Amino acid sequence: MNDAAILSVAGLRAKVADEDLHILKGVDLVIRPGEVHAIMGPNGSGKSTLAKVVAGHPAYEATGGSVTFRGEDLLDMEPDERSQAGVFMAFQYPVEIPGVSIANFLRTSLQARLEDDEELDLFDFQELLMERMELLDTDPSFAQRPVNDGFSGGEKKRNEILQMAVLKPSLALMDETDSGLDIDALKIVAQGVNTLRQENPDMSVLLITHYQRILNYIIPDMVHVMFKGRIVESGGPEVAMELEARGYEEYRKAHVA
Amino acid sequence: MPTNEVIQGLGLDDYKFGFVTDSEPVFRTRPGLDAEIVRQISERKDEPEWMLKRRLKALRIYDAKPMPDWGGDLSELQETLDQTYFYVKPQEQMERSWDDVPENIKQTFERLGIPEAERKLLAGVGAQYDSEMVYHSLKEEWESKGVIFDSIEDGLRNHPELFRKHFGTVIPAADNKFAALNSAVWSGGSFVYIPPGVELETPLQAYFRVNQERLGQFERTLIIADEGSRAHYIEGCTAPVYSTDSFHSGVIEIIVNRDAFFRYTTIQNWSNNMYNLVTQRARVHRGAHMEWLDGNLGSKLTMKYPSCYLMEEGAHGEIMSIAYAGDGQHQDTGGKVIHVAPNTSSSIVSKSISKGTGRSSYRGLCKVYDGATNAKSNVECDALLINETSRTDTFPYIEIDERSASVGHEATVSKVGDEQLFYLMSRGMDEAEAMALIVRGFIEPIAKELPLEYAVELNRLIELEMEGSVG
Ligand SMILES: Nc1ncnc2c1ncn2[C@@H]1O[C@H](COP(=O)(O)OP(=O)(O)O)[C@@H](O)[C@H]1O
Ligand SMILES: [Mg+2]
Repeated sequence: MNDAAILSVAGLRAKVADEDLHILKGVDLVIRPGEVHAIMGPNGSGKSTLAKVVAGHPAYEATGGSVTFRGEDLLDMEPDERSQAGVFMAFQYPVEIPGVSIANFLRTSLQARLEDDEELDLFDFQELLMERMELLDTDPSFAQRPVNDGFSGGEKKRNEILQMAVLKPSLALMDETDSGLDIDALKIVAQGVNTLRQENPDMSVLLITHYQRILNYIIPDMVHVMFKGRIVESGGPEVAMELEARGYEEYRKAHVA
Repeated sequence: MPTNEVIQGLGLDDYKFGFVTDSEPVFRTRPGLDAEIVRQISERKDEPEWMLKRRLKALRIYDAKPMPDWGGDLSELQETLDQTYFYVKPQEQMERSWDDVPENIKQTFERLGIPEAERKLLAGVGAQYDSEMVYHSLKEEWESKGVIFDSIEDGLRNHPELFRKHFGTVIPAADNKFAALNSAVWSGGSFVYIPPGVELETPLQAYFRVNQERLGQFERTLIIADEGSRAHYIEGCTAPVYSTDSFHSGVIEIIVNRDAFFRYTTIQNWSNNMYNLVTQRARVHRGAHMEWLDGNLGSKLTMKYPSCYLMEEGAHGEIMSIAYAGDGQHQDTGGKVIHVAPNTSSSIVSKSISKGTGRSSYRGLCKVYDGATNAKSNVECDALLINETSRTDTFPYIEIDERSASVGHEATVSKVGDEQLFYLMSRGMDEAEAMALIVRGFIEPIAKELPLEYAVELNRLIELEMEGSVG
């Protein structure tokens, strides 16, 4: 069964690279092509860490278990290799790159995917960028702004989704992309994700969120609850509904007990 | 922080201008410096008596002044100077056509792309090889409008009054030890005059090439931009990579008359065995506008602080600089703005990148004299550190004697962080590509001011510098 999985995380343990601080304490997760999985859980439970370990952030070290992407060992790959293989992470806190326009940034990202002697066709790139910006109802001038520099929270999230739409990953890790978005922006983002999924029905999404709200627009196949570095409950969309109503209190009690 | 492979110093082999040309000088002074050598230089140039006297006086000033004990490490400089050829004459006479330049010297400049750039984008070109201009040419269109663009020697010979009126008035020999040295042994450089109201549409360019090992190059440039004129002058420089140190010490004097606009761009890309100690200063008159655009990429040690003396009402001065200090390099650069008159304004924007054991220092002066009412000045210096071993310092001096002046100063130091690198790598760039993009973004506000071919060259250089044997 795992052969069919696009992402398979088994018994994953991870700690902060230069400290003895263990964050992920045995995570199991299987995502098949085309599926949407949501991960919910209180602040500090390890959701972002899971996404970053899958994307290859050097601040963390996997100390046990495995992460397999389309049958390949992800933990063995550099972050850029993972990206080129089709993994994309929309950051919870995107970083500023002063002086580098979004267009330049994306052009460089696409160029990096080509062989050394191949040049990205700038005309095709412009066309793709324009079309993707239209999809996300974004003003063309947006692409000329320096990456995340002076952006509002909402603009940063929109920029993440624009990048995702241009890079067309097969696995999107979306870390609290919905936080800080008003309802209109949320709808545009959700619509963007859904369009990408229509374009590529095999594209899978791991959606980290605090709110059930976004799940009304991007319908999950599975919802997982993460607590203290483990997935403590998994189920259908109803899990998100219940969480919204009851909160995390019962997990806390269970954990103490 | 980036991995060791990526940040490994650039081997000097990456420096593509490091080739040596096999050429025999027609004359050179013996190594070292004394009055006899100064006489020989003056004699070779067939100079009037007053210039020889000036040179000898400047030599005395030079001898009397101590080595600076600030800025970079000059402790081994005297030893280098004792071994230095202060004057090396590469060919019998300067030529006005590339066809007349000796083949091997011509090929050197062809490899540097100079004749091609001249055809395509420049109003005029001067090319210096060791101690003399070997070629100088101005397009007919500008010559007919009265523009003078000549070697400094021809300036003295053909325009003696204009020359004598201005030479040494912006930077007197006694200004500093190296200005004194240059005033004693100067050779080569340009003499430029832009007549009133003439607007040059394309830049003038002077290219400085050192070929001789252990050479001292002392070009001297005097520029007069007359009322309401407009021009852009570009200076580029490279040298072979030698195991011994070489020395370059230019003096650039510019007079920007009423309502004129002048921009002076330097792309200094000396090999890493070069001491580069340069004095550049502009005197800016009523309503005139002076810009220094200064790129310091090469050399072992550069000490260079282009300055604007804002002498009359409404004068404006700008200094934009980029410094790159790789392994073993020290770029001690910045700028000076001196406000003497009311309603003068200035800005300094300085960006430095230090990599490996490279060190960059910003050293700047903003002075506002009493009576320079409503003078405005703004200084911004940003340093980017690539490695833990890289270093940067800031030495801003601010002296204000006028109450109505407004002066701003802002300095930032940033490091290329893991978060930035990861962000870019998670989009598919490898570490070197990510680093190069961050660095390019950092210098973008200044790089976009550069002439295109230099901006391209700068990008290429940054890519090379950030590339390592990853893998
Ligand atoms: N680089 C780090 N250094 C130290 N502690 C960290 C680091 N990254 C995460 N942590 C800690 O690990 C826990 C989980 O963090 P995170 O994965 O960001 O949680 P979530 O995204 O679920 O809010 C938190 O207690 C956080 O403080
Ligand atoms: Mg988080």
